[in-house]
Amino acid sequence: MSNTTYRVLIGKPGLDGHDRGAKFIARALRDNGFEVIYTGIRRSPEEIAAAAVQEDVAAVGLSSLSGAHIRLFPAVVECLRKAGAGDIPVIGGGVIPDEDITLLKEKGVEAIFTPGTPVDQIIAAFTAACSKHHETRNA
Amino acid sequence: MAHTSLTSLLDGLAKQDPRAIGRAISIVEDNGPEADAILLSLDRDLVKNTTVLGITGPPGAGKSTLTSQIISTCRSRGERVGIIAIDPTSPLSGGAILGDRIRMMRHSLDRDVIVRSMATRGRLGGLCGAAGAAVRIMAGAGCQRIIIETVGVGQSEMDIIRLADITALVMAPGLGDDIQAMKAGLLEVADLLVINKADMAGAETLFMDMEAVAHERADKSNRPIAVCRTVASEGKGVEELLAEIAALENQHRASGEHDRRRSRSYDLEVLDWAMEMMRPHILQKIQKDSGERWGDPKLQAANILKQMKVDHDKIS
Amino acid sequence: MTKSPDFLNWQENELHKSISRFPERKEKFTNHGGGEINRLYIPEHIDDHYTDDIGFPGRYPFTRGVQPSMYRGRLWTMRQYAGFSTAAESNKRFRYLLDHGTTGLSIAFDLPTQIGYDSDHSMSTGEVGKVGVAIDSLADMETLFDAIPLDKVSTSMTINSPAAMLLAMYVAVAEKQGASADKIKGTIQNDILKEYVARGTYIFPPKPSLRLITNIFQWCGEQTPSFNTISISGYHIREAGSTAVQEVAFTLANGITYVQAALDAGLELDHFARRLSFFFNASSDLLEEVAKYRAARRLWARIMKVRFGAKNPTSWMLRFHTQTAGSSLAAQQIDNNIVRVTIQALAAVLGGTQSLHTNSRDEALSLPTEESVRTALRTQQVIAHESGVAETVDPLAGSYYVEQLTNKIEQEASALISKIEDNGGVVRCIEEGFIQRQIENSAYEYQQEIERGERIIVGVNKFEIEEETKPPLLRVDPRVEDDQVARLREVKANRNSDQVEKCLNTLKAAATGDTNLMPPIIAAVKEYATLGEICDVLRSVFGEYREGC
Repeated sequence: MSNTTYRVLIGKPGLDGHDRGAKFIARALRDNGFEVIYTGIRRSPEEIAAAAVQEDVAAVGLSSLSGAHIRLFPAVVECLRKAGAGDIPVIGGGVIPDEDITLLKEKGVEAIFTPGTPVDQIIAAFTAACSKHHETRNA
Repeated sequence: MAHTSLTSLLDGLAKQDPRAIGRAISIVEDNGPEADAILLSLDRDLVKNTTVLGITGPPGAGKSTLTSQIISTCRSRGERVGIIAIDPTSPLSGGAILGDRIRMMRHSLDRDVIVRSMATRGRLGGLCGAAGAAVRIMAGAGCQRIIIETVGVGQSEMDIIRLADITALVMAPGLGDDIQAMKAGLLEVADLLVINKADMAGAETLFMDMEAVAHERADKSNRPIAVCRTVASEGKGVEELLAEIAALENQHRASGEHDRRRSRSYDLEVLDWAMEMMRPHILQKIQKDSGERWGDPKLQAANILKQMKVDHDKIS
Repeated sequence: MTKSPDFLNWQENELHKSISRFPERKEKFTNHGGGEINRLYIPEHIDDHYTDDIGFPGRYPFTRGVQPSMYRGRLWTMRQYAGFSTAAESNKRFRYLLDHGTTGLSIAFDLPTQIGYDSDHSMSTGEVGKVGVAIDSLADMETLFDAIPLDKVSTSMTINSPAAMLLAMYVAVAEKQGASADKIKGTIQNDILKEYVARGTYIFPPKPSLRLITNIFQWCGEQTPSFNTISISGYHIREAGSTAVQEVAFTLANGITYVQAALDAGLELDHFARRLSFFFNASSDLLEEVAKYRAARRLWARIMKVRFGAKNPTSWMLRFHTQTAGSSLAAQQIDNNIVRVTIQALAAVLGGTQSLHTNSRDEALSLPTEESVRTALRTQQVIAHESGVAETVDPLAGSYYVEQLTNKIEQEASALISKIEDNGGVVRCIEEGFIQRQIENSAYEYQQEIERGERIIVGVNKFEIEEETKPPLLRVDPRVEDDQVARLREVKANRNSDQVEKCLNTLKAAATGDTNLMPPIIAAVKEYATLGEICDVLRSVFGEYREGC
């Protein structure tokens, strides 16, 4: 009997301390049956990737409201790759202009959500990313 | 490495690759198809020689902060450490927030500290089995010391703590009722009492209360169990606590208590896994039964088991 | 409360008839936080004693305001928070704002500055110059205030953990301009406690942080009599998702903690209390917000007079700055934000604020452009000069609803403060996560109401449209980081490093002891010791605070 509980990690890279959104998403995911590891604020991309690897999560969610996403989100993707975990999808959220979204996706970020997105849509994205990840890793 | 094949995973595990360790624990926790091969590959001597420390206590006592300090001290002695941090699953959604990790983030870049958060997942059995397997995998990956941290509230957490060689119960002043509620259960299983936040008002009263309890609970040799003071946020008292633990451990190893506990824990894990494996089969039988549902449930259960004895070979 | 026969008669007749024909929109009407709002407020709802509870403006308990004639004398200070990228760029924006009628500067620092990292620190990656201006050393501060006379302008600095260092730089720049310390006017935020619960720019643990704060109180008391030494902030607590009651309770509880810390350090109450200032949020629930400011003012006056026994009436006054709620701004149909900001700014003015920042329409998307900053400023000017609300003092006093809500907020906040004290005080409650959990729960509940459609946000979960054109956004040039790092290197290369080392050693010795840290910090910044170097010295003595520890 194989279990299908999804484990995800929610991280706040960089120095931004506004964690209202990250904590909301963490709780909403919990309320939708996910096991959520929350890193707390002010983490480096290296720390987030190392935690994601040890916890063997099926997806990583990142939040940054300070405008540093353009450097920090791809840095997490890169750190995961270096740790042999490039298969773990990364989803980002924050105050992010459209042209940055394109750029971030090119650099390997799976999806980006901006303020005002209904939470159901975000949970659906995590579910899809986790499900895809579970399929490929069990293939 | 993403370790998509079993060979690559086992190879990674042998090389102590963090990704492989993380994957292996998940596979065993989810009871995946490669679980047996993973467990078989582990070095039994390493598993035997590791020390498993249980840390439990009410919310707010400072368990994670204390654990983090114990990690630092162990690391300064060159030990490789594994941590299994257990949090309750929400009974409503089946999800969980595994929050202990926050306090251990400062060790995340240390390759010799392996932290794994685990949810109770509301399983009747299975948690001991899964956590026990995580202990074995971490031990097999070279962790000389493994810490299991859990909130000592529910029955499943109480069982978990039986996996530990030594269990410390952490308390802090000002938690009042929680400690009262805990006395009955956890004080029974604790080998050591820790008064954390010992610099706070009320710590001395708590210390004296616990000294009294410790005398009541004197072990067979009539030696009262130790009560230690710590201020985990400042790292105070951690060396002394570890010295107490080491003394206790030597004593247990010499007296045979260590082996007795390991075999008890072994039995518990076997039972847990057996129940976990039986469960779907029994469930299937119950669901298959098309009979009307107003007979006696207990008699029906006995009936099913009787049937299963006949079908014993089919249970694998 | 006994209801008058007239009221019961009205209820039986007009009301019931009307409701049976036109049912009300909802079963229950509530404020954020679940407090029920009655259909109608009547004189019986308020049992205030006019002189004791409401009184006159400029007189205890200051419910109606801290000045006797309020805005009839002088309007509130229109203070627009600004700052981004480099000191030179921000200097240009400040001069633009001053030219357009801004009456006070308010400086935003980037996150590395706020957390005491130099721009070349590994954790500064991607953050340099983003949410504010990057300041690494006195050299940057000199550029920032180039051609802005510091003896004329009043400056507010949003800086907390390294407040002492930035204040030291400000004093040093003023001195170079020829203005002595006693001439400078302004405010440093210097409120570390709310950083642990809401904003996250902490460096040191609570104990040494409180020491730095009381050191500033003492030094400023002697050297800079016109400078507000702290801005005790509920703004960020509210932004993190608290209710209005929690905003008041946690802010005043923090205030109590600072007062106690200063008293414990041997400072004289009436000497430092008059330089304490506050900072609140203005959300969209207009009347609740007005009641909030009035309640906070009365509660603080009572705390200072009754609890602490302050003698000087100035010590009883809660003077505050207000900023409209950033978290209420939507990324959709951004012009609606101008309307939100107008309502929020109106609340602050009707509530008697001393200064006000209005957010710009595009801030949910990025840093504001010059045009949208100007509209935000114009919003304040319209309220001041066209709306008529500034022409009389506390115009909403006597409103049955507002007075009742003022009482309710005061009572509930007061009860919450008692609860914090029963649980060992603010520092203990922060360490236990008690305050954070309360805020988190309120935030979660609020967001759930939006998700379920019970709370309508116009243009976000109702009245949505497809938007095709995107507004022009202000982007910080990514080269800013490299330029700033280069400038930092240049400063380090051109200073007297022996002197720097000597100053840092003196600071370390002072930190290990218990003398006031302001003088050694000022000495160090004057030698162009960097912010990161100074903070590292203190980190080595004080340790660092981490979330959840």
